[in-house]
Amino acid sequence: MVATWSSLRDLVDVGRGIVSREVFVNEEIYQQEQEQIFARAWLFIGHESQVANPGDYFASRMGEEAVLLTRDRQRKLHVFLNTCRHRGMKICRYDQGNALVLTCPFHGWSYDTDGRLVGVPGFKEFYHEELDRSQWGLVEVAQLANYHGSIWATWDPEAPPFEQYLGDYDFYLRPHFEGDDGRDAGAEIFGGIQKWRMPCNWKFPALTFNGDRSHAAMTHRSTTVAAFGPQGALGEGFRHGIQSRRVPLQYEVLMPGLGHGGAATIRQADEPYMDTWQTVPGADDYYREMHRKRAEQFPDRPRVQAGCNVFPNFITGGAVRTIAVWHPAGPHTTEVWRFFLVDSQAPEVVRDGLRRFQMRYSGPVGMTEQDDMENWNYAHAASRGTIARRHPYNYQMGLGHEIPDGGKVPGSLNQMTAEHAQRGRFARWLEFMEAPSWRDMSPRRQLR
Amino acid sequence: MALNTIDSGLLERLLLHREVEEFLYAEAELLDERRFNDWLDLFTEDARYFMPIRRNVKWGELERGETSESSEISWFDEGKPTLTSRVRQLETGLHWAEEPISRVCHMVSNVQVMRVEGQDVHAKSRFLVYRNRLQDETDFFLGKREDVLRRVEGQLKIARRKIILDQNVLLAKNVTIFF
Repeated sequence: MVATWSSLRDLVDVGRGIVSREVFVNEEIYQQEQEQIFARAWLFIGHESQVANPGDYFASRMGEEAVLLTRDRQRKLHVFLNTCRHRGMKICRYDQGNALVLTCPFHGWSYDTDGRLVGVPGFKEFYHEELDRSQWGLVEVAQLANYHGSIWATWDPEAPPFEQYLGDYDFYLRPHFEGDDGRDAGAEIFGGIQKWRMPCNWKFPALTFNGDRSHAAMTHRSTTVAAFGPQGALGEGFRHGIQSRRVPLQYEVLMPGLGHGGAATIRQADEPYMDTWQTVPGADDYYREMHRKRAEQFPDRPRVQAGCNVFPNFITGGAVRTIAVWHPAGPHTTEVWRFFLVDSQAPEVVRDGLRRFQMRYSGPVGMTEQDDMENWNYAHAASRGTIARRHPYNYQMGLGHEIPDGGKVPGSLNQMTAEHAQRGRFARWLEFMEAPSWRDMSPRRQLR
Repeated sequence: MALNTIDSGLLERLLLHREVEEFLYAEAELLDERRFNDWLDLFTEDARYFMPIRRNVKWGELERGETSESSEISWFDEGKPTLTSRVRQLETGLHWAEEPISRVCHMVSNVQVMRVEGQDVHAKSRFLVYRNRLQDETDFFLGKREDVLRRVEGQLKIARRKIILDQNVLLAKNVTIFF
């Protein structure tokens, strides 16, 4: 008998912390996700520092689809579907560059950086000037947002503006795009985007990984011996470095109804500085000074270090200062893009030290993630079978132990090692999958 | 050509080429046999090991086709200490990405000695590395290497290796091997 379900709620029981394996391996559900989630949610595109000058473009991705982030002649940013309106050819097959006009290699249709169709060979001779060029510009996203330097876009005009979509999760996300001294939009992206493919469903990393604190002790056991953190062999070889003397506030955060969340560590503004860059001579002076400046300029702003999952498939976090976007590439494949952040004014010694730490820590060649990918690969593979699919995953850690009235920080809180954020993401996933439109989802777009 | 008229310069170059080839074949053997500590001994203490990310760029901008060693994010940008960390990680038996171990085969070819500058031999080669894991997980990594091999107490050692993998999006889930 072929497995069937009358409703997705049969597969995802948030209240009991039970999620069917079917959700991760089923082809139909995957196709529905492209319509219900990726065509409607806010997705991360890139960073303004990647397209600093008019004509600059960066090839990015929204869900399965190729898009282009451009800056036009008036310095305005755009995101377009990377496909010619004539016969579909990818108009730009370079990863990044500068061009004030993009010309399709097929029939030569040319588009300006703002998407307008400005050139059609044979417009007089073959089209008899009957082609209405104003109707055939590049397909542009419905909404674009610049959030403290990071660029987001959605195809859905009914989606709430990004600030509303993010809600109070701003408290946790904004610091990632700040300078080391708390300067607004003070970060930029290093050149060199890591891209690779993993044989698992996008939801393994996107919905279940962040906030999965309990995996680290076992999955990453081999990393302490390697001692590759910025402290080297100090701090017991811990890959992040030990960062404070005082015990900070630590929670697993979930924004109810929005689906964003993850682990968060909150320290006070006057937290004493601690050197965690012993392996990089010269870095300590910089970080000490930036720590002091931050306390001086923002005495009431807590120091928030959060692994931030923005629903559906964006995550940024930690001392490693890296963004990952988990792109769906079929139900059994994920294409990951990793971006790396740095303070735009950091001196060379800090840039180099951070870069090298990022490279040895993160990504498919880094010493940490390699083991995550082994787990996700074979967890997915083992879940595809007929019998396996009848036995759901357990997301019950910390169920019912939400911290009542956490109060001081936004969101619904649980202890840091729990599966609280995951349950919340699946609730949001259900909402996206079931809702006919944004009018049936939270937050409702506030009409002005 | 009679033996007594052979150009001694030619003979020297031939012998050096064979020496470099044998060095690279022996290195490949160490890696395939997982004799990682012996492999580390092939590097100078100040060695650099670099693998850029490849970008799709226009003709005329080919220098931007690889990420910059001095300013950008790449795949590998290591010295001997971090290569040693990786070996230590492999030796724990707890590095799940290599448990059980992969079956690895390094093929080395197109070995060329480009020039000699003092103690440094600049050599190029190409590699095809095959990795097979568990039941049927198989990856091919193919590309070029540019090495500076330095003569230290008579022995060649790797002072610098640049690995040019011929892929843009990495088509393997991880890289748990060395090139």
